[in-house]
Amino acid sequence: MEKKLYTITIFSENTPGLLNQITIVFTRRQINIETLSVSPSALKGIHKFTITAYCDLDTVQKVVKQIDKRVDILKAYYNVDEELVYQEIALYKLATDKVLSMGGIENLIRKYNARVLEILDNCVVLEKTGLYEETQEMFDELQSRIGVLQFIRSGRVAITRSKIERLSDMLASIEARINRQQEQQ
Amino acid sequence: MTGAKALMEALLHEGVDTIFGYPGGAITPVFDAMYDYMDKFHYVLTRHEQGATHAAQGYARVTGRPGVCIVTSGPGATNTITGIGDALMDSTPLVVITGQVGKTLLGTDAFQEIDMVSITQPITKWSYQIRDEQEIAWAVARAFYIASSGRPGPVELDFAKNAQIAEVDFKSEKCHFIRSYFPVPEIDESILQDAAALINCSKRPLALVGHGVTIGQAEEELKAFLEKADIPAAWTMLGESAMPSDYRLNKGMLGMHGNVGPNIKTNECDLLIAIGMRFDDRVTGDLDAYARQAKVIHFDIDPSEIDKNVKTDIAILGDVKKTLPQITQLLHEAKHTEWIDSFTEYEEREKNNVIQQDLHPTDGPIKMGEVVRKVSDATKEEAILVTDVGQNQMSAIRYFRFKNKRSVVTSGGAGTMGFGIPAAIGAKIGAPDRTVCLFCGDGGFQMTVQELGTILQEDQLGVKIILLNNNYLGMVRQWQELFFGQRYSSTPMANPDFCQIAQAYGIRSAHVGRREELDAAIADMLSDDKAFLLVVECEEKGMIYPMTPAGKAVTNILLGD
Ligand SMILES: Cc1ncc(C[n+]2csc(CCOP(=O)(O)OP(=O)(O)O)c2C)c(N)n1
Ligand SMILES: [Mg+2]
Repeated sequence: MEKKLYTITIFSENTPGLLNQITIVFTRRQINIETLSVSPSALKGIHKFTITAYCDLDTVQKVVKQIDKRVDILKAYYNVDEELVYQEIALYKLATDKVLSMGGIENLIRKYNARVLEILDNCVVLEKTGLYEETQEMFDELQSRIGVLQFIRSGRVAITRSKIERLSDMLASIEARINRQQEQQ
Repeated sequence: MTGAKALMEALLHEGVDTIFGYPGGAITPVFDAMYDYMDKFHYVLTRHEQGATHAAQGYARVTGRPGVCIVTSGPGATNTITGIGDALMDSTPLVVITGQVGKTLLGTDAFQEIDMVSITQPITKWSYQIRDEQEIAWAVARAFYIASSGRPGPVELDFAKNAQIAEVDFKSEKCHFIRSYFPVPEIDESILQDAAALINCSKRPLALVGHGVTIGQAEEELKAFLEKADIPAAWTMLGESAMPSDYRLNKGMLGMHGNVGPNIKTNECDLLIAIGMRFDDRVTGDLDAYARQAKVIHFDIDPSEIDKNVKTDIAILGDVKKTLPQITQLLHEAKHTEWIDSFTEYEEREKNNVIQQDLHPTDGPIKMGEVVRKVSDATKEEAILVTDVGQNQMSAIRYFRFKNKRSVVTSGGAGTMGFGIPAAIGAKIGAPDRTVCLFCGDGGFQMTVQELGTILQEDQLGVKIILLNNNYLGMVRQWQELFFGQRYSSTPMANPDFCQIAQAYGIRSAHVGRREELDAAIADMLSDDKAFLLVVECEEKGMIYPMTPAGKAVTNILLGD
């Protein structure tokens, strides 16, 4: 089956050891995680993981079910790029003297829609948000022209385009379940 | 009270009556607390922590309630790994409580500190470290709820020593609900209609019965379902005693050493109805050649099993105890006489080519199969069968017969040698009124032979151990004979005098080398309710047939003729 980049979104309780529980599922199936980003979600006490990985549809479906099965996972699902609005952020540390001697930094910043975060005697730090290819292109250009002292790119963060809000739907269904249980008692 | 005492109270609150375990430094406060609870728990001191976990599994499998182990940290804890892994694969509820160093020492490589939570995460439903005495009631309640609900499995609680000795105001808790955990999926009525329609128009349906039927206590519901639509059924090893052996629609065992009929018919049926089974590769063989012609309905409680190995047309999520009767209501009464009769040809072929020689040899060395059937007959098909792993297991599973449900305790998914003796101990403790017969090999017997000490300490606990001695790691030898040019690397065994070992533990024993002695020895073995070791010298180079070689189509069956 055809391999492509899938974005896996996971909502979990904020308990220790969760990342390990998630990565185990990837490891067992020999899938490399391309990017990973974890942070508290909009809902208190619930964490959101965004993971990207190359695999085929069949595999991503199984992986998501196996993650979803873990006791502390609230919900896991996957998307392809077309279903998402997504972004990554990159920081570039450049030597101040080289930036000055290069000239034309203004054009470069305009061209890539980048920002200056910090200017010091020794270094300048630029920031760019964008798709992987875009942050990479800016890196390639800077690297070849003046060299980049440090480069860091975040994992992907993503939001679904669809009308369905899986987390809130799921929390609603949990609530309905609690109510049904209480009625039964 | 102390945290250790709080643990005792929490276990009592969960209805625990039996604890298997082994003491040590980081769990000593708990064992000290237990001293005051000797009248409340049956505490079983095994001879190794692996034995404690398998015994707890045996107990869980016959009672349906979680088995409980308490062991120390470090090596005591890592010794439980095999049992925990086995329990996950065979959906057996276990609560394993391991000691842990105090919280100020965590992460410092303190004496006997091993990171059990991380180690057990891939092989448990839930692992949790109790670092604070306030969490005890909550964690224990949650552990039992998780272990026993939905698809059961093992849970590990790592109990830091500081929390064992701290004072706590204990208030018992009960867990009925975890918001991130849906143990039993909700039933989709419209899917039931679709499935019933498929069954109603099937001409050649075949049901595959798995452990889920036993776990869900749905034996009666299964029978009603099969009866109404007249569906022949075959079973996985763990599904064996869900139907009586002589039941009209019971068509035998699936898979590598299963019966010829159901394996052949898997590729002839028009509808495969999987009920609480998970299409293990030992059942399916080559997936590309597995039931390609058939539609598939899969009943399971675990959504991650759906489409995992075999693509289903209709998945019926839920507890089979509920889903089976719901679908039975929607079925038309049917007769599939011709289809059912078509199994006979294969049953005859297997009988002539394999079973007859296995059960009724007239000369030559003793066959495992005849020993198994004699014990099965002598116990009136009412015993609990426990097995170890290897040829002994396959003979036992193939030839032991059952009248009663919940009567098979075997290591299926993991195939753990050494499972037998401790699992039989746990089974007998869980079902003291039943006869428990363990079949094991010379290899597996010696993997956990020290548990004979547990039998001794439990006052010659009445497990009947039948050691089918072929002086080989027979199942591996069989593969070497068939697939590795008879190069018997590391499989011949130089064995001790097994009866002398039994004697050292005060266990009655008998040694049988000739067929004529067998009946009397079995009768002697069954003459009381105490432990017994029956050593039977079996054919050294015996083979288990039928056999579908690993990775080959289910219809690619060797009969050894
Ligand atoms: C712990 C463990 N180690 C190794 C194996 C691989 N194995 C499977 S069957 C078998 C041979 C078992 O020999 P024995 O107990 O004598 O039983 P037999 O097959 O001879 O009846 C071995 C080594 C296993 N299943 N479990
Ligand atoms: Mg052997």
